[in-house]
Amino acid sequence: MTNRIYADHAATAALSHTALRAMEPYFTQKYGNPSSLYGFGQQAKADLEKARADLAACLNARPEEIYFTSGGTEADNWALKGAVELMALKGKKTGHIITSAIEHHAVLHTAQYLEKQGYSVTYLPVDGHGRVDPAAVEAAIRPDTLLISIMAANNEIGTIQPVAEIGAVARAHKILFHTDAVQAVGHIPVDVQAWNADLLSLSGHKFGGPRGMGALYVKKPLRLPPLIHGGGQEKGRRSGTENVAGAVGMAAALKEAVARLPEESARLSALRDRLIAGLATLPYTRLTGHPTHRLPGIASFVFEGVEGEALLLHLDAKGICASSGSACSSASLDPSHVLLAIGLPHAIAHGSLRLSLGPDNTEADVDAILKAVPQVVEYLRAMSPVWDAQAQKPTWEL
Amino acid sequence: MLYSEKVMDHFEHPRNVGSIPDADGVGQVGNPKCGDIMKMYLKIDGNNVITDVKFQTFGCGSAIATSSMATEMIKGRTVDEAMGLTNAAVAEALDGLPAYKMHCSVLAEEAIKAALADWYAKKGEPVPECCKLPCDGDEHGCCSCG
Ligand SMILES: Cc1ncc(COP(=O)(O)O)c(C=O)c1O
Repeated sequence: MTNRIYADHAATAALSHTALRAMEPYFTQKYGNPSSLYGFGQQAKADLEKARADLAACLNARPEEIYFTSGGTEADNWALKGAVELMALKGKKTGHIITSAIEHHAVLHTAQYLEKQGYSVTYLPVDGHGRVDPAAVEAAIRPDTLLISIMAANNEIGTIQPVAEIGAVARAHKILFHTDAVQAVGHIPVDVQAWNADLLSLSGHKFGGPRGMGALYVKKPLRLPPLIHGGGQEKGRRSGTENVAGAVGMAAALKEAVARLPEESARLSALRDRLIAGLATLPYTRLTGHPTHRLPGIASFVFEGVEGEALLLHLDAKGICASSGSACSSASLDPSHVLLAIGLPHAIAHGSLRLSLGPDNTEADVDAILKAVPQVVEYLRAMSPVWDAQAQKPTWEL
Repeated sequence: MLYSEKVMDHFEHPRNVGSIPDADGVGQVGNPKCGDIMKMYLKIDGNNVITDVKFQTFGCGSAIATSSMATEMIKGRTVDEAMGLTNAAVAEALDGLPAYKMHCSVLAEEAIKAALADWYAKKGEPVPECCKLPCDGDEHGCCSCG
């Protein structure tokens, strides 16, 4: 389709031209193995380290604190499993983890796995806007709490957490603090010092870098036991022949995103706010997530009397790519855990839509979305047995 | 593609959408919690022929497509023929559904049976066993409960 409108940047996005150009030489020209002793390999090593330093600078971290991974999922897995293993090495073979009910599955399912290994986990509730209360984090701390893991920004509803406050609580209680910043990095200012983060996950493809490339920030002098064992790359912490092209591309993309952040986030916020103003005002429709503490590119809604997958398919037919947390848009039978955690009844959570904007979106895209979504919602409501067309309201009492 | 061309055709151009104000039988199955609700309206003449059928559906692409296909499969048929319509036949007529969407075709079959049960009940006749839903008279809240 020629005039496709891509509004699913929180899922993944195009590689930026800057990243593509930066990566190109590493496939057929500068393909040396950074672990090799000859100059050809050592040049690749130098470039890898330059990428590490560039990436670190974007997070206010030191280069030695950045470990490249295969993406956000691996970084999250390593953070949680590595942190508890580190504590086990220090003699705490079991203990307690605090996280939230709205984490990405990369954290949630890892926490559930650790529960099976004998750890106890508190999944903190969130308020109606999807925010974790730092006081609730503090109240959940037990003498055996080993780790606090709270995401920086949510991928479905865009809510930004009070990360610095939560980090301060963790610091005050000398508990390790991890934050899944996959949706935050490159989109809002991220500062590992200000956030008091000990561990921070990021993923390249969420900010114009390549897919299958991520990083974990590990605060010095923490020595996180490896998740991936092998040839001893990344100072023995993360084995596997280095993906130099990936690291260089990810660093180039992030450098550019951070340089453009003030301007681009203002531009995206304005587009997002037009979507919110135009759609959240439809009858029996609400914005999900926080009205102000939200990612610049994410506008998310629920429409009563409409099912999300049907909405997405009709939008697709009109050339618009978006996503939904409805059960029917995935293989599971429940709507998204995030929408349920913010207190939406199942019936309403089924009618969710997430529009996530990025660098390629324009005012014209927003115009087209503002025209298409109300049409589709109206059409689906008209054929819905739970929508009263006369009264223009749902027939259900929830 | 997640769905076959037939599913997409019935989803994008659903047949027999709407309601019949003076329907002889109306059946609704599914519940909002599960995200699928189907309502079927039947007009049935003195020869037990289904002369008209309309549906309303709240649900995903396959819920809408199975409703649409099911209405086409029973329109102009006798009550006995409609009673024999299985969810597998609806899914097959759509060139198949993904495994986790098969419950949508079950709902379509059940919506028709619920409408037929209503028709029998309105006439004051006993409802045949095969038109009774697994959850009739029960409040257990499964995704077929109307
Ligand atoms: C908040 C969050 N965490 C983790 C991930 C996983 O990242 P990746 O796709 O790089 O494995 C994602 C992306 O889907 C995400 O949005």
